[in-house]
This record gives sequence, structure tokens and C-alpha cells, in this order.
Amino acid sequence: MAVLLIAEHNNKELRPFTLNAATAASQIDSDVHAVIIGQNSADAAKQLSELPVVKKVLSVEGAHYENYTAENFAPVIVKLAENYSHIVCSANTFGKNLMPRIAAHLDTSQVSDIIKVISPDTFLRPIYAGNAFATIKSNDAKKCVTIRPTSFDPCESTGGSAPIEKVDASEEFSNTKFIKREEIKSDRPELGTARIVVSGGRGMQSGDNFKLITEIADKLGAAIGASRAAVDAGYISNDHQVGQTGKVVVPDLYIAVGISGAIQHLAGMKESKVIVAINKDGEAPIFSVADYGLEADLFEALPQFMEELNKLNTIQK
Amino acid sequence: MKILVAVKRVIDYNVQIRVKEDGTGVVTDNVKMSTNPPDDNAIEEAVKIKETGKATEVVAVTVGEEKAQETVRKALAVGADRGIHVKVDGILEPLAVSKILQKIVDKEKPDLVFMGKQAIDDDCNQTGQMLSALLNWPQATFASKIDVKDNKLEVTREIDEGLETIEINVPAIVTCDLRLNEPRYASLPNIMKAKKKPIEEIAASDLGVDVSPRLEQLKVEEPPKRKAGIKVANVAELVQKLKNEAKVI
Repeated sequence: MAVLLIAEHNNKELRPFTLNAATAASQIDSDVHAVIIGQNSADAAKQLSELPVVKKVLSVEGAHYENYTAENFAPVIVKLAENYSHIVCSANTFGKNLMPRIAAHLDTSQVSDIIKVISPDTFLRPIYAGNAFATIKSNDAKKCVTIRPTSFDPCESTGGSAPIEKVDASEEFSNTKFIKREEIKSDRPELGTARIVVSGGRGMQSGDNFKLITEIADKLGAAIGASRAAVDAGYISNDHQVGQTGKVVVPDLYIAVGISGAIQHLAGMKESKVIVAINKDGEAPIFSVADYGLEADLFEALPQFMEELNKLNTIQK
Repeated sequence: MKILVAVKRVIDYNVQIRVKEDGTGVVTDNVKMSTNPPDDNAIEEAVKIKETGKATEVVAVTVGEEKAQETVRKALAVGADRGIHVKVDGILEPLAVSKILQKIVDKEKPDLVFMGKQAIDDDCNQTGQMLSALLNWPQATFASKIDVKDNKLEVTREIDEGLETIEINVPAIVTCDLRLNEPRYASLPNIMKAKKKPIEEIAASDLGVDVSPRLEQLKVEEPPKRKAGIKVANVAELVQKLKNEAKVI
């Protein structure tokens, strides 16, 4: 039986992690179908049909799908599930919210946040904030799997031409009402996919001081991250949080500034290719995962860092 | 309004966990255990709502082995009125826990069920959503703000893009983020008082729920270690290394 991929989108276009989830789905079985549920989402459905790994697109339209409410999405997928062996989507807030609702309806034990497909029924996933890896075999007839997007490369986005089939909408779930979404718009790269991330922690001491980080991030074309302590203190908004309960990032370069390196923060960034730590406490645990550690006062080091960057003839973007 | 709060006993968040040499799991003997951190937020929120007069009773429930009862006792010490301990040994998957909680909901008929958004041991992030599916109730996951309005809740949710606000009709499930509130500490007099509060013990087998695992944990291993890095003397050296050695800028 084929694998059903749940597309994440904003009704206009696919959200980038759909491509990572498509890769994971295709590693489970080459016969990948993708369902897109939305309102006026034809353009996103077309994009989905162009992914070469997707063999068929199922499109479901309805006004009650505009805001991706799990209570409205789940019944559609549960109904489609009879034709599929696996249901797959990303383990970001979209998939985390939605997939367990589907799994419970299907009476299936979900496998969350996998980082590797070992075989169609066996997966590798981190537990205890990534301090252990568990190999899990699912004995359920239907498998609900969410994938850690940063552990799978995005699939090709063009060249495919899968047929798009319409599927009937389900009834509206009337006890949940969407009110509003406050998305923080930024010209910087997205935290989850950025090549470079510069993150600040409690050591930044104030929201204003984050401009020292912003400046460097702009110079490097980097996204801005933060520890939970910095978000809790109100220095920066929650969408920047990296860690066990925030986002997981795997950039080429991760620069941790004024972050001590609690287990929960390391869980979100320790797979980064190159890690830099700037901290005045030489004993801070962040240094244990850093490739390059600089023991220094960040209020002196960051302006110097900017100066040194300005001296470089070229900077990779 | 009656609020049921589910709490789980996990290895304390400050403990550096160790993987067992035989690859069957992680070491739990003589390791400090605590309430799953966002479950503390769930209890705190329920108690706060009761203190404003909008809830009449807060019931704490846990599902697990004998010692899991400590988490209920702690919830009672910070303001829950009574407790329920569903006793069951062995590995429990979120699906089994949500089925047990469904039975408790049928019995207790709460208007709201709160719990943490994720347990920090298995990091599954499933139980609340599964329970709301089984009950066909609305779900507000990853809540960082809750406003109680008559028979509705307005909940602000933390999502990858920022914040989302939804309105849900009671009865409903809310899974709590760490930013929802600042959990209080139990005072000594309240810890003493909590010892007198009732905890009902129920054997999971009496609930008629099949809790047998569907997943096999074939192996638990240490993640690959990063190789040791170096300390640089100054910013100039750092930038040179990033440019010429690591070649990332």
C-alpha cells in the first residue's frame, strides 16, 4: 500500500518542510500520495503535484480548512487512511498538533519525530532531549509517523506532474474557532532552514541588546535564534526558541552567544555542522559541544566580531 | 467548572541521563525523578483558575507505577483538591494513557482537561491530542495564555510562525507550554495538608483498557559524540578559523 503525505501549506504555497517530509515518505515506500487540505489552495496543490516523488495529489477544499485546525483536518485523513499503510508529516507544530488526533482515531501508536527510516516499520528517533536514540519497530497495521524535518533533505521541487484528484470535504467541527494568527514577518531566512543561525541567551541581558546579534545576523545572512531563558525573559518572541520544546536547527554554522548550554537547548542545535560558543563563563556546558569556543564578555566580543566581518573581502551567503 | 489535570513522573530535567549498557533503555535506578515540567504549568493554571472563582474543583490524575503517586501528592500540595492514581506497571504508550484518561473523564466528567504539551522523557507530544480525538473534544495545544469566558476558553498557542489564538467550547483539552505561567512552590504547611487529601487508587486492569504496547523498542543507544573543539584566544582568531578552516563564512 502507498504512503500518504500530509502537505503543510498556507493556502497559497507549500511550507518548506513538506519537501523534507516528502523525502522521508519516499524512503518508506516509493508510492507516495499527498493530501492537501485547504481553502483556495489550488496553487499549492499544483506545486505539490510538481514534486517528482509524489505520484498522486488528493485535494480537499472547504472554508473550514482555511486555518489548518486539527479538528477539521483529522477526519478527512482518517477517511483516506484505509487505502494507505503509512501517514506521514513533519514534526513541527503543524504535525505535532494534527497527527496524534489521526493516530488515536485509527487506534495506532504514533511514532513521533523520527530522524531515520530504517525499514518501512522501523525508525530511529531521539528521546530524552536527544541524549539517547531509540530504534522503534511499529507493529500496528497502519503507521502514523512524524519526521524531524532537519534530518531529511528536501526533495526536488520541480519536474513532476502527478494527477490532482478532488476529494470530498468533511463536516465542520464547530467547537473550535480560529480567532487570529500573529506571524512575525522577517526578511531574514527561516530559522528551521537557515544556513547560519546566531542565537542569544540570558547573557544578552535585554531585548535591546539583541541588536548586537541582529547586526551580525544581517551581515552573515543568518537567522536569529534564542534560548528559552531569553524568550521567557521577554527579550525576543517565541518563534525564535531553539531547543527540546522549541525548534530543532541543523545549520552549517551555529553561533551561541551568552547561552550556557542547558541540555534542553543543546537538544535543538547540537547536530549543527560547526558550533561557535561565546560565553564569559569558561565552564559553561555549551563549550562541550562547541568546535570553536571563545571565553569572552559578549558585549566586547560582538562589536569586535562585527568589525572583523567588515574586514573580510567576501562573505558566503 | 471542574478541571482534571494529568501529570507524569519523569527523570528530573536537570539529570544527565545515561544509556544502559545492554541497550534496553536508560538508567532510572537511583536517579532523581520529578513531575514532567509542563505538567507543573498545567496544575498551576488549574489552581489559578480555581482561585479566581471560575473553577470549583481541581483533580490531579497520574497513570503509572507505585511511585508515580508522588506527582499527584505534589499537585495536591500546590492546590489540587484530590487525586487519582491509575496503577499500571511497564511501558505505557501515549495511546494507552489517553485511553485510560478517557475512562477517567467518563467517570469524573470534568469540563476541562489540562496537561503538559510534551513529556520530557519520550518527547512524544501525543497524549492530549489523542485524548481529545477519543472524546471528540476541541484541543488547544501548546498554550501560553488561557482566558476563561463562561463556557468558552480563548487560548493563545505557540506555533512555529509565532502565536495563534483560538476559541474553544467547553468541554475541551488544553496542553500547556512552559511559558503559560510560573509554577509556585509548595509551602511546608501545604505539603502537610496535602498528606490528608484523598488519592483514589484504581487498577488499570479494572478500567477495561488494553494497554499492551504496539511499538517495540529494539535498541536504545548513545547518540554520536561530537569531537572535542578548541578554545580560540580572541575574536580575530575566531573569524579567521571560520573563514579559512571551517570555511563557513
